[in-house]
Amino acid sequence: MTRSATCLLAVLSVALFCGADWLQFRGTNGASLSPDAAPPDSWSETKNVAWKASLPGRGASGPIVVNGRTYVTCSSGIKQDRLHVVCFDNETGGEVWHREFWATGRTLTHPFSAVAAPTPASDGERIFAFYSSNDLACLDLDGNLLWYRGLAFDYPKAGNDIGMASSPVVVGKTVVVQMENQGDSFAAGIDTATGETRWRVDRGHQANWVSPIALPGEREGSMAVLLQGPSGLTAHDSMTGEELWRYDVPCSTTPSVAVSGDHIFIPANGLTVLKLARDATVPSLVWDSIQMSPSPASPIIVGDRVYTMNNAGVLSCGDVETGKRLWQLRVGGRHWSTPVVAGDRMYCINSDGAAKVVQLGDKGEVVSTNEFSEEIKGSPAISDGALYVRSDGHLWKIASGLR
Amino acid sequence: MGGFAETNNLVTMPQHRIVSFPPHFPADEPMKQSTIVAAVAAGFLAISLIEFSSAEQVDVEALAVKLRSVGPKGEGHAEAAQAWQAIAKADADQLPAILAGMQGAGKLSENWFRAAVEAVAQRHLKQGGQLPVDALEGFLADTRQAPRARRLAYELIAGIDPSAEQRLIPGLLNDPSLELRRDAVALALKIAIAEEEAGRKDAAVKTYAKAFAAARELDQIKEATKKLRAFEQPVDVPGHMGFVMDWHLIGPFDNTDSKGFDVAYPPEKQIALDATYKGKVGKVSWKTHRTSDEFGIVDLNEIFERPKEGTEYKLTNEHKGTIGYALSEFETDQPREIEIRIGCINANKIWLNGELLTANHVYHAGMEVDQYEANGRLKKGTNQILVKICQNEQEDTWAQRWQFQLRVCDELGTAVLAKNRTLNQTAAN
Repeated sequence: MTRSATCLLAVLSVALFCGADWLQFRGTNGASLSPDAAPPDSWSETKNVAWKASLPGRGASGPIVVNGRTYVTCSSGIKQDRLHVVCFDNETGGEVWHREFWATGRTLTHPFSAVAAPTPASDGERIFAFYSSNDLACLDLDGNLLWYRGLAFDYPKAGNDIGMASSPVVVGKTVVVQMENQGDSFAAGIDTATGETRWRVDRGHQANWVSPIALPGEREGSMAVLLQGPSGLTAHDSMTGEELWRYDVPCSTTPSVAVSGDHIFIPANGLTVLKLARDATVPSLVWDSIQMSPSPASPIIVGDRVYTMNNAGVLSCGDVETGKRLWQLRVGGRHWSTPVVAGDRMYCINSDGAAKVVQLGDKGEVVSTNEFSEEIKGSPAISDGALYVRSDGHLWKIASGLR
Repeated sequence: MGGFAETNNLVTMPQHRIVSFPPHFPADEPMKQSTIVAAVAAGFLAISLIEFSSAEQVDVEALAVKLRSVGPKGEGHAEAAQAWQAIAKADADQLPAILAGMQGAGKLSENWFRAAVEAVAQRHLKQGGQLPVDALEGFLADTRQAPRARRLAYELIAGIDPSAEQRLIPGLLNDPSLELRRDAVALALKIAIAEEEAGRKDAAVKTYAKAFAAARELDQIKEATKKLRAFEQPVDVPGHMGFVMDWHLIGPFDNTDSKGFDVAYPPEKQIALDATYKGKVGKVSWKTHRTSDEFGIVDLNEIFERPKEGTEYKLTNEHKGTIGYALSEFETDQPREIEIRIGCINANKIWLNGELLTANHVYHAGMEVDQYEANGRLKKGTNQILVKICQNEQEDTWAQRWQFQLRVCDELGTAVLAKNRTLNQTAAN
């Protein structure tokens, strides 16, 4: 068989296996949603845990899933200056490879957080592992280093000793990082292939932990990125960084903006919903509601419903068009992890490690409580009907025995 | 769910079906055509990967030059990326040579080397090969090599030899690699605890003292200190760490709207310890202060006369919108390179003999020992270390601290003490 035929089959096999990826914080499209998945609605030590693997360090980052493998970032050491990227086989839970780096930026964080706080991102071919130290490593799916940027090495005053947590997002051929802090504060678009900086825009000198999100453009293939700051939301061309529009509103600095169709859901004045303009100019206000205020988890939109979790662990369901709150449910606990929705079930994991499965409908109902018995801060991933959850010490695959 | 038994990094799962290739293929369903194609394709993929990943002798020296050339803002990345792909194909017997290439590498390029070493070693082990342990141990023993390269050599050895810690670490108590030294101190503390538990008090005290002398990181210094004090042994923490305890202080100057950070008040222009200046409220002059905190914390709220409650400030009687200066006259016999490390919850600047070493315009984002580090060079004689500590006007209860702690040390964290340092009398002794 010729080399080209071998390569063709290799590509074919990759294509067949990559149907259920969870490529970044809140999933491939940033919606925290896997409509057709059905992970187990309950689990325990003896039921529906496919495997549990040890991790080499702490992390508030979530796992991502690419081509049948799960990728997790961790930080370890007394100064948390050892950075890890670990790849697991989804079928067996075995470690496929493990890379370590030394942090080049600041590694102080609040004890609750970790240097591995941002969730990594992938374009399906590469892993972009980002850390509170502002180190950005790019590896291929087999762990080969493609490039490595120390963004605080470039801009030494970039850092926040409470810890940075903004997750990168891949928008087309650009990976966007948002590094807002009291020192060198900026967002940047990095070429996914070369690691070169495509653009860099100054941001306000205030600590901000939110993550950017992609906004599909009007033209085919054109993509913008939304940056949420304390004083408003801005849309930027993903290739140039050019500011396309700005909407001034005092935004939260913890939960992140979400997009669904032509609506934008901003954690601001409670929850502020905008409708995109047809001509890609400044969007218009649809409604805002203090009753729907999310914190610290980000809002989730499923069809004509928007869901937010507040500081007290109360889940609110609202109407997307009107903002009217339809029901509330006390889930309990503090949710640093943004819940995920599979079908009509929402998986809510609080920071004490209690996972509540909520049946969504005309009202919400907790159908099971499942204890991880470890602190959970990272948002889970869903892939091929399984739920992937990480703590400071472990990674779990929650899946039915037979699918 | 803490009841799983862990094997290596995998925790075996209960009630888990046996999975064999291809994945996603339930045993009671006929194999679909697409699955067969995938299985065949994956087989070829595996074959081609093995073909692509075969090891070879590479020109490590030339490739290492390119990895060492990585600079800030993406400089040299394209060449380094190509070099990495080549060096990662090296045979395992070239690992010591790759590690040696780290000599002179910057913090950024050290990571390129590390990833290459890991890729070579992991691939080789997966293929059933053995690492060149003797050569790696020789590399570890050579303290002229880059500290992180030696650390990485140790990790490779320890990854395949469970006896490595006991064999190699005890001799590294005063190692120039902070990471290796840390492991050696940890082992010494463990030995001392065992001696203590066995009732061998004198031996335990001796081992704790050795651990304390070698410790350079705060948690280990604290642990050894606690143990030695339990045996009523004298411990000089500020002397061990190099905290500056004696200061000349002046303030408060104005920092309304945080604008004072960039204002050069008189102490930045000239040091005159007998001068009086216009401060934020009334006249201010230099005063001396010796901290009794053994980690050198100087609390300016305690030192400068507080504003009256309920007048200028709404919620507390702590200082707000103010700036203080602290001066140390630091005498040395010889010029030398130093690090000045400060922990400060307020915005701050540090000058050494009039030269600005660092400026950190950050308010209330935590305070830790060694939070900010700056390199400088002491001159022979009297050196002036000037610190500017800026408090803002936040009214949150957690934003009222106005304090700093500063130490002088070498790059490893070993104290550099002033010749005119007075004996320490801290709250702890």
